[in-house]
Amino acid sequence: MARITMREAISQALMEEMDRDPAVFILGEEVGVWGGTYAVTKGFYDKYGAERVKDTPIAENAILGAAIGAAMVGQRPIAELMTINFAFSAMDYIVNQAAKLRYMFGGQFMLPLVIRAVGGGGRQLGATHSQTPDAIFAHFPGLKVVSPGTPADAKGLLKSAIRSNDPILFIEHATMYQVRGEVPDGEFLIPIGKSTIQRPGKDLTIVTYCKGLELSMKAAEELAKEGIEAEIVDLRTLRPLDMEPVLESFKKTNRAIVVEEGWKSYGVGSEIVSRIYEEAFDYVDAPILRVAQKEVPLPYNRTLEQAALPQVPDIVAAAKEVLK
Amino acid sequence: MAETIKMPKLGFDMAEGTLVRWVKNVGENINKGEVLAEIETDKATVEVESHAAGVVLQHLVDAGTSVPVNAPIAVVGAAGENIDSAPAPAESKPQAAPAAAASSSAPTPATVTETAAPAAAVSPAETGPVKASPLARKVARDRGVNLGSVVGTGPGGRIVRRDIEAALAAGQPLKVESPKSDTRKLEYSNIQSSNIHASDESIQTTKLRQAIGRRLVESKTTIPHFYVTHEYKMEALMDLRKQINGFLPEGEKISVNDFIVKAVALTLRQFPNLNASLSGTNIIRHGAVNVGVAVTVPGGLMTVVVKDTDQKPLRQISAEVKTMAARAREGKVKPEDVDGSTFSTSNLGMYDVDEFIAIINPPEAAILAIASAKEVPVVENGQIKPGWRMKATVSVDHRISDGAEAAQFMQTLAGFLENPVRMLV
Repeated sequence: MARITMREAISQALMEEMDRDPAVFILGEEVGVWGGTYAVTKGFYDKYGAERVKDTPIAENAILGAAIGAAMVGQRPIAELMTINFAFSAMDYIVNQAAKLRYMFGGQFMLPLVIRAVGGGGRQLGATHSQTPDAIFAHFPGLKVVSPGTPADAKGLLKSAIRSNDPILFIEHATMYQVRGEVPDGEFLIPIGKSTIQRPGKDLTIVTYCKGLELSMKAAEELAKEGIEAEIVDLRTLRPLDMEPVLESFKKTNRAIVVEEGWKSYGVGSEIVSRIYEEAFDYVDAPILRVAQKEVPLPYNRTLEQAALPQVPDIVAAAKEVLK
Repeated sequence: MAETIKMPKLGFDMAEGTLVRWVKNVGENINKGEVLAEIETDKATVEVESHAAGVVLQHLVDAGTSVPVNAPIAVVGAAGENIDSAPAPAESKPQAAPAAAASSSAPTPATVTETAAPAAAVSPAETGPVKASPLARKVARDRGVNLGSVVGTGPGGRIVRRDIEAALAAGQPLKVESPKSDTRKLEYSNIQSSNIHASDESIQTTKLRQAIGRRLVESKTTIPHFYVTHEYKMEALMDLRKQINGFLPEGEKISVNDFIVKAVALTLRQFPNLNASLSGTNIIRHGAVNVGVAVTVPGGLMTVVVKDTDQKPLRQISAEVKTMAARAREGKVKPEDVDGSTFSTSNLGMYDVDEFIAIINPPEAAILAIASAKEVPVVENGQIKPGWRMKATVSVDHRISDGAEAAQFMQTLAGFLENPVRMLV
C-alpha cells in the first residue's frame, strides 16, 4: 500500500489493465506523444506504442464513434475526453449509441467501453470548460456513470470499469489529480454501483461524491470541533445508484444534506433527496438540504468562480441548518 | 342586535363537542331557554339552550361537525336583521337567509354571507395541522404521545423527534388531554368476521356506550390506579336515616347513598389531593367539591353532579340527585347535570354486592365504589354479635396520590359515616 496521487492511481489502473489484456487501448486528444493533458498517460506511448495509445483529431464524435465501433468488434477501448464539456460534441454517440446499442441489437453486441472524462470547475477555465454535467449523463438508462472521490476508489473503480462489458462514463475531477491517498498495489477492484461510508458519524448524513467528498470531509472536521459527527456516504457511482448505505445512514441520523458540485436544479441532490423521501419518509426529522453550485454559468474571475462553487462553509452551514 | 350562540364548555376537560342535530332550523322562532341543538360530548348527548330570544338567523356549523368549545355555532336575532357583524360561518350558507329578506329580493341574503368576515368558526390554531416532522409523527404514534400536547422546538415551531423524546422524559400524559388523540381507535378492537357465528347477534353500540368505552379505555390504560378498601360500621347511619325518614314524605326520603355523598364531600375538604386533576406536571386542586353520582341509564351509565356538595344540606343533595337521575334516565339530561364533577361515586349497594372497584372518571383523581350495607356477625370486645357493615373501595390515580393518603381518606370518611350526626351540623 502506497500513498500516491489520484493521477498516479489512475495511471496505475490503466497500465495494469493494458498489461493484463491486449484488447485494452487508449484513444483521445494528446494522450500519446504529449502524455495526456493532465499527464495521466505520460510514458504510455513509449511503452505501448501508437497502436494502443492513439492520438486523435480534435473531434470528439470521431473519438467516440471509433471507440464504439472498436468495442462492438471485441476491443476494449478507453476513450479520453480532455474535458467532459466536449462530450456534448459527441452527445449522440454517448447517449444514443453507446447507451442503447446493446438494447437496440437485442444483446447481439456488448460494449466494453470506458469514456474517461475530466469534469468540474475551479481552474479558471471559463463557463464552457468548467461544468459538472454528471446528472445529465446519469439520466440515461444504459450508461453507467462513475465518479471517484479518492485515489484508491479511482484505481479500483477504473479497473472494474475496464473489465466491464457495459459502456461506462468515468468522470475525474480537474482539481483532484494531486490529491493523495493510500492505494493498494497491484490487483485491486472496487465493484461498480456500490456506495460506501467514507466517514462514520451519528448526527447527520452527508451524501456526496467526487469533489464533494473532499469538501465534505473538511466540513466534517469543522463540524466535529463543535461536537457534530457527520456520517459521509460516498456514492462513487451515480448509475446504477446504490441507495442502501444512504438509507441505512439516514435511518440512523434522520437528517441529511447532499453535496454536489453541479447545479442544484434537476441535479444529483434532487435525485437523492427524492429517493430518501420516497423510501424513508417516516425517518425524516428535518427537510433535507442540497449544497450545490450557484445557478449561473461558472465565472472565469477567480473570486466569482469560488463564490459560485460549493465551499466548505456552505456545507457546514447547511449541516447546522438541518440540525436545528 | 343579533346574538351569537357558542359551543358550551360542559366539563373541565371538554375541548370540543359534536353538533349532532339542529333542533331549531334557520328562520324558526326561539325563546330564551329553548333547546337550539343537541351536542355530543365525551360524556353524553346534551341539549344546548338559547340564551337569546328571536329568530334563528344562521347556523354556523353543519350538523355532525366537531366544534371547539366557545366557537360560535349559531346566530339568533330579530327577523330580517343584518348580521354582518356576527361571527362568520365556517362555510357560506346562502340558504340560511332570514325568511323576510328572502321574500323581497334574492341578492340580500347572498350579501349577508359574502360580506361576512372569512374568519372560520373553527380557529386554525385549534384545528390546523400540527407541524411535525414525519419522524416525530412516527415516534409519537409508536410511543403513544399526543402531538397536540408537545411543544415544537424545530424551525417555525415544528415538532421534531427530540421534542417527543423530551415529552416522554418529562412524563407527558399519554393520549389523555386532547380529544384529537386516537384513543378512539383503541376502544373496540375489531373482532374477526370469521369469529361471528350464525347464532351470534351483532348490536350496534350506542353513542353513549362508545363514549363510555372511549373514556374508560383512556382511563384504564393511562392512569395508574391503586385501590384501598375499608369496612364501615353502619348501625348509627341506618338508625339516623330511619329516624329522619320518619319525618319525610314519600318521594323525599333520604337514601343511604345521599349520606355517603355528603360524607364524601365533607371528607374531600380535608383531602384536596383527591379532589383534583392532573394537568401536565401540575396537580389542579379544585376549589369546589362537586361529587358525581353514577346513575344507570338505558344503554349505559351517566354521572350526575351535585355542585358544592359539601355546602348543601342532606335533603337538598337528595332532591338534586333524584331530579337529575330522573332526567338522565329519561334522556333529558342538561349540560349542567353532568358538568364539573371533581370526584365520583358509584353505588351498587342495591344489588347485594360485597365489594367492587371502579375505574377513575378522567380527569378526576379518584372514585369511590360503594357496596351493600349488610347485617353480618361482627366481633366486638370478644363477643360475636350482629351488626351492619358496608365495604367501599377507593380507586386513586397514583400520579396524584399515594396509598397512605387514600387510607387516611377512607378512615376520615369513617368518622362521618359512623358518626352521621356530624353531617347534620
